[in-house]
Amino acid sequence: MNPVNYLYLAALLFTIGATGVLVRRNAIVLFMCVELMLNASNLALVTFSRLHGNLDGQIIAFFTMVVAAAEVVVGLAIIVSVFRTRHSASVDDTNLMKL
Amino acid sequence: MMELATPLTGAASTGEAVQFWVLAVISVAGALGMVLCRKAVHSALCLAATMLALAVCYMAEGAVFLGVVQIVVYTGAIMMLFLFVVMLVGVTAADEVKEPLKGQRIAAVLGGLGFGVLLIAGIANAKLRTFTGLSSANAGGNVQGLARLIFTQYVWAFEVTGALLITAAIGAMVLTHREHTEERQSQRELAEQRVRLGQQITPLPAPGVYARHNAVDIPGLLPDGSVSELSVNPTLRARGQMRDVSGDMLRRMDELESGSADWLSRRTPKPRTSTELVQPVAPAEPVPAHRSAQAEPAATEEESR
Repeated sequence: MNPVNYLYLAALLFTIGATGVLVRRNAIVLFMCVELMLNASNLALVTFSRLHGNLDGQIIAFFTMVVAAAEVVVGLAIIVSVFRTRHSASVDDTNLMKL
Repeated sequence: MMELATPLTGAASTGEAVQFWVLAVISVAGALGMVLCRKAVHSALCLAATMLALAVCYMAEGAVFLGVVQIVVYTGAIMMLFLFVVMLVGVTAADEVKEPLKGQRIAAVLGGLGFGVLLIAGIANAKLRTFTGLSSANAGGNVQGLARLIFTQYVWAFEVTGALLITAAIGAMVLTHREHTEERQSQRELAEQRVRLGQQITPLPAPGVYARHNAVDIPGLLPDGSVSELSVNPTLRARGQMRDVSGDMLRRMDELESGSADWLSRRTPKPRTSTELVQPVAPAEPVPAHRSAQAEPAATEEESR
């Protein structure tokens, strides 16, 4: 098997995540879709690391994971505080700036 | 195909190929399930399955450390955080059916399909035939190799990452912190307020049916066998997660009563001896206890509201 199949899998997962971000309304599920996209890019980075035979791709994937963790913490805090004021987790209800 | 043009180096072994196809199916199914499930909890579980499959993929590709970090950080910490927030926000977590923008979903799916086709066609055109493999890079151990790079070449990025994590932690605390603008009401004030409003002065009835069910999602029964809605937590009521056993209860009560009536009528024609009268005649008689069960006071529950 050609290891490039991992890249196809990563592309497929990234596409599913991106479509999910566009299709879903619930802010939490939206965040999960973003996580899926980050995971797919990590898989691609690990495969690139194997392609080039050095560990730099894995380092970048590691930093991606750290940034994803920080992003999830802040994002979920925003979701919780929006839920407290608007009583909704739907991204369509956060339209205070809209006339 | 093009495989004839350049020989493939660093091909995966047959075992890895089998593993890849199994894991690819699992992860794609999990990803699709995450997008398609209506409830956020189901989406979270599907995503956890995908992440576990990806962790095994990392390990198969020689990134052992990343595979372990994936399991610990993603499926362990991040998914649990997601589940906590789903529980906090859960009542209205179901997606709305109405579309604010006309045809947005169809457009999104078409756009996603086009994007995926472009991405996959781009990878297919890349002619990646030479995979060096990580056997030389991982020669001194995967963790040791990563550590050498992180603490030499990438040490600045590593330190900035620490600052980022601290900022994120403080940001989360600031965002979710709630300042109490007014004094918290004492129990006495709450009781006085209840009397003043005059709607529900007594404590709320307890859930569960005495000696049969004591789960919090089962409403208590009123003396006539109907359901007491007040006895179930409002959150469960709003989610529609109330388990009504009143019909089942009444049926079983009727069975019990008719059974004991049958048994008594079968017994009565026989002339009783004095030894028989010492033994209890009808063992199946704690019937009234079930019906008066819902009047149990629920003081602790009341306080927590």
